[in-house]
Amino acid sequence: MGRIQLKDVTKSFGDVEVIPPLNLTIEDGEFTVFVGPSGCGKSTLLRLIAGLEDITSGAIEIDGADATDVPPAKRGLAMVFQSYALYPHMSVRKNIAFPLRMAKMDQAEIDRRVDGAASVLNLTDYLDRRPGQLSGGQRQRVAIGRAIVREPAAFLFDEPLSNLDAALRVGMRLEISELHKRLATTMIYVTHDQVEAMTMADKIVVLRAGNIEQVGSPLELYKAPRNTFVAGFIGSPKMNLIEGAEAAKHDAHTIGIRPEHITVSATEGVWSGRVGVAEHLGSDTFFHVHDTGLAETITVRADGEVGFNHGDRIHLTPRSDVIHKFDAAGLRIT
Amino acid sequence: MATQHSRSAARLMMAPAVVLLLGWMLVPLIMTLYFSFRNYFPLRPDRVPGWAGFDNYVRFFTSSAFWPSVQTTLVIVGGVLVITVVLGILLAMLLDQPMWGQGVVRILVIAPFFVMPTVSALVWKNMFMDPVNGLLAHLWRFFGAEPVSWLSEVPTASIVMIVSWQWLPFATLILLTAIQSLDSEQLEAAAMDGAPKLKQFWYIILPHLSRAITIVILIQTIFLLSIFAEIFVTTGGAFGTRTLTYLIFQRVLESQNVGLGSAGGVYAIILANIVAIFLMRIVGKNLDA
Ligand SMILES: Nc1ncnc2c1ncn2[C@@H]1O[C@H](COP(=O)(O)OP(=O)(O)OP(=O)(O)O)[C@@H](O)[C@H]1O
Ligand SMILES: [Mg+2]
Repeated sequence: MGRIQLKDVTKSFGDVEVIPPLNLTIEDGEFTVFVGPSGCGKSTLLRLIAGLEDITSGAIEIDGADATDVPPAKRGLAMVFQSYALYPHMSVRKNIAFPLRMAKMDQAEIDRRVDGAASVLNLTDYLDRRPGQLSGGQRQRVAIGRAIVREPAAFLFDEPLSNLDAALRVGMRLEISELHKRLATTMIYVTHDQVEAMTMADKIVVLRAGNIEQVGSPLELYKAPRNTFVAGFIGSPKMNLIEGAEAAKHDAHTIGIRPEHITVSATEGVWSGRVGVAEHLGSDTFFHVHDTGLAETITVRADGEVGFNHGDRIHLTPRSDVIHKFDAAGLRIT
Repeated sequence: MATQHSRSAARLMMAPAVVLLLGWMLVPLIMTLYFSFRNYFPLRPDRVPGWAGFDNYVRFFTSSAFWPSVQTTLVIVGGVLVITVVLGILLAMLLDQPMWGQGVVRILVIAPFFVMPTVSALVWKNMFMDPVNGLLAHLWRFFGAEPVSWLSEVPTASIVMIVSWQWLPFATLILLTAIQSLDSEQLEAAAMDGAPKLKQFWYIILPHLSRAITIVILIQTIFLLSIFAEIFVTTGGAFGTRTLTYLIFQRVLESQNVGLGSAGGVYAIILANIVAIFLMRIVGKNLDA
C-alpha cells in the first residue's frame, strides 16, 4: 500500500517560501513524475514526502494515516538519491542489506532478499565489491537494490539517471519501468528529462516555482495543456506559441501549435519563411524557420528525407484541428 | 614530462636537500650510538673516559627504574590518545553543527595548541591543580569536598589531563575537516534506511572518520612518546611519572652519565619502533585504499 496525500503543504527556508500551499494525491501503485524547470522545488517536495525536511505547515498522509511528524525511517518509504549515496566502506552486499540489518531481520531472510534483489538487478557478480569499484550504472542499480529489499510502501527517485550516459539512461529507464510493472508499488520520480517523464509516468505533475501547474496523464498534458507554461514545457521540441494578429484570427491571445503538427512544402502553405538551422536526426528533421511574421522562430518537424537548406524559402501549413488556444492570462480556452 | 633528462635534473636538484636531511638525521644517531658504547662523564674529571662495551646497555636495562618508566610512557601515550580521539570526535561533531559564532568558536577551540607546553603545564599546575589556591581546589571546597593534591596523589592522571588538553585541538581540527567531507546524503540515506542517530554514527560517520583517526593516532604517538616539558615543570619525574625520555634526561644531566643516557636513547628508539609496528598493524590498514 502506498497512497500519499499532501494537504495544504507549504515549505519556507527562512523568509523564502519555496512551496506555496500545495495539494496533491498520489494513488497507490501509481508512477508519478514531478517535472519542472531547475529550482522549482521538485527535490524539496520529494524530501518533504520523505521526511528529510520538516514541512512549514499543512499535513502529509500516507495510507490515510497522518505522517507529518513521523521520522523518515518510520514512513516506510525508500529513496534513491541523485548521487546514489551508497556507503563507500561497505560491500555491495552490505549496502543492500543495510536497511534489513537496521530492521533487525534475521540473517537467513536478509541473505534471501539480498540475493533476490541482486539477481533481479544483475548484481550477483558484484556483491563483494565496494561501490568505488563499480560503474555508474551498476551503482545506480545497487541504490535501487537497497531500496527494493525493504519492500517499501513507495519509492522516491530524485533524478536517478541524470549522472548516466545517454545509452545507459535508456536502458535504466526501461528497467525502472519494468520494476514498477512487476512490483506495482507507488513510485514518485523527479526528473527534468521530457522523455523520461512522458514514457514512464502514469501521472505527470508539472511544477513552477512550487506551484502545481497541471496534473494529468502524459497524453492529457500533451493534448490539452492547461496553460502556456505547460504547453511550452511538455513536448520536444517545444510548442510554437504565436501571439498577435494570427492568434486573433482564432479568437485567442496566444495560439500554440506543435512542431509535429505543421506540414512543410516548397511551393504552397498558409505561412512562409526562411529556413535557419536544419537539424537532421535521420528519422526526423527539425527546421527552425525565421521571417514568418509570426514569432521569432517557428520550429517544424518533418520527415528525415525532406531536404531544405539554410536560407531556403519554405511554406508551412498548421493542422487546424490541433491548434491550442490561450487567453491573455495564458489559460487554455476550450 | 618525465623525460630521461628532466628526471636526472630533478635528482640533481633534490640532492642537496637529501644530503642535508640525511646528515641531519644520521649525525645525531651515530653520535648517540657512539656514546652509548663509551664511558663518558664530561663534567666529572675523576672518572676516566674509555670504551664500555655493552655495559651501558646492561646497566640501563637492569636498573630498577627502566620497566616502570616504559610502563609510564605507555600509560601516558595510551591515555592521551584515548581521551583526545574520543573527545575529539565528539567536539568535531559538535562544531560541525551550524551555530551562531561558528568561526570564533572554532578559533577558540584551536587556541590551546598555540600555548607552549611549558607554559600550559605551569598554568595547569599553579592555577588549576594547586591544592590550596587552584581553581579545582576551590571547586572541590565549594562542594564541601577535600581538595585533591593532584600532582602528588594522581600524578600520572594529571599529566595525561594536561597533555590531552594540549593535543585535543589537533585531534579536533583533523577530525572536523574529515567530518565536513562526509556527504550529507549518506546520512539521509541511512536515516531513510531506518538507522537511528547512534547507528548512523556507528555505521556511517565512524567508518568515514577511520582514516583521519588513524592519522591523529600516528602523529600524536610520535610526539607523545617524547613529551618532556609537562613532566619537567610539574612533578619533575617524581611520584612515578618518570617516562623513558625523562629517565634518559636524568641519567645524562643529573648523573652526568652521557654513555648511560645514550644507551637509554637507543632503547627509546627501539620502543618507538615497537609501538609504531603495533600501531601500523592495528590501524595502518585504514590508510590504504
Ligand atoms: N536548504 C535550503 N535553504 C534555502 N533554500 C533552499 C534550500 N534547499 C533548496 N532551496 C531553494 O528552494 C528552491 C527549490 O529547490 P529544489 O532543490 O527543490 O529545486 P529542484 O526543482 O529540485 O531543482 P533541480 O532541478 O535543479 O534539482 C530553490 O530556489 C533553492 O534555492
Ligand atoms: Mg533537485
